[in-house]
Amino acid sequence: MAHEIIATGRSRTGIPTGRLAVWWVIGSEILIFGGLIATYLLNRFNHGPSWSVEAANTNTFIGACNTFWLLTSSLFVVYAHAASERRDAAKTRMWIWLTILLGGFFMGFKTYEYASEIHHGFTLFTSNFWSFYYTATGLHGFHVLCGMVILAIIAEGDIKKGRNWHRVENIGLYWHFVDIVWIFLFPLMYIAK
Amino acid sequence: MAGHKHPSYLKIYITLVVLFIVSVIGPEVAPSFGAFARPVVLLTAFGIAIWKAYLVCAYFMHLKVEKIYAPYILLACLSLLFVFFFGTATDAMFANGHNWVKPMDENEKVEEAMARSYVLNKDKHGGGHGDDDGHDSESR
Repeated sequence: MAHEIIATGRSRTGIPTGRLAVWWVIGSEILIFGGLIATYLLNRFNHGPSWSVEAANTNTFIGACNTFWLLTSSLFVVYAHAASERRDAAKTRMWIWLTILLGGFFMGFKTYEYASEIHHGFTLFTSNFWSFYYTATGLHGFHVLCGMVILAIIAEGDIKKGRNWHRVENIGLYWHFVDIVWIFLFPLMYIAK
Repeated sequence: MAGHKHPSYLKIYITLVVLFIVSVIGPEVAPSFGAFARPVVLLTAFGIAIWKAYLVCAYFMHLKVEKIYAPYILLACLSLLFVFFFGTATDAMFANGHNWVKPMDENEKVEEAMARSYVLNKDKHGGGHGDDDGHDSESR
C-alpha cells in the first residue's frame, strides 16, 4: 500500500508543514529550558558563594565528554540529512545510527555521573543548586532519550523503506536544539564555578 | 532545504570543537588574570557558548537559508523569555522590598555547602569521584 503524504505541502509560509511544526516545538522548548536557565541565573546571582561551593562538586571531565559527544552527534545528524537529500538510504541510516550511538554515550556518561553524585550524597533534595542541576540535566537527558528513539524509528521505519525522507531533517533540527541546550547547561553547571 | 549549497560541515564542526576546548581551558586559567578573572570566565564560558549556539543554528540548522518565519518564531519565544527574566529579576534580585524581607543567610548556606562538599573535603576524607568511602553521612 502506498504511503500517502497529506500535510507536507500546504504551508503558506513556504516552509513544509512538518518542519514548521518542529520550529514551533523548538520555540516552546526555548521557553521551557530558557525558563529553567533564567531561574538558575537569578538564584546564582542571589546565592553566588554557596552555589559556587555546590558547583565545585560537578565533574567537569564528564561534562566535557558529554559536550563532545553531542557536538559530534550534531555533525553526524547533519551528514544524515545531507545523505537523505541524495536519497542515499544506506548512508542516511549509517549516520543516524552513529548519532544514536553518541546519544547512548551521552546517556551512559550521564548515568555514571548521577550514580557518582548520588553516592556522594548529592540528591535532588540536597539544596537548591542540586534541585536545579537534576531538573535541568534530567529534562535534557529525557530529550536526548526521546531523540534517540525517534531517530531509530525514522531510520528503521522510514528510511529503510525509502519513504518520508524529510523526517531526517525534522529530527535533525530537534537534535541540534538539544545540543544547543547542552551548550548552555555545560558552562552553567560545570565551567563557571 | 534541498535547493541550497551546503557549507563545509566539517569546518563548522572543527570550529565548534576548538571553541569548546577554549571554553574549558579559559575558566581554568582565568585566576591568573587577576582582576580580569571574572570577565575572562564570562567571555570564555558564556560568550563562546553564544558563539557556538550561533554556529549550530546558522549552519547545522540552516537558519541562514531558512524562510524568515522560522527565525521570527524563535525570536518571539526568546523575547518572551527576556520579559520573564527581567520581569521577575526586579523582585528576585533584592533581599527586601515594601513590606517583605527574604530570609537569606548566605553564610550559613556556604558553611552547609562546604561541609557536604566532597571536593573541598577530599584531603580530609581521602575521597574522590567513584571512591567507596569518600564521605561519611554526617558531613552531608
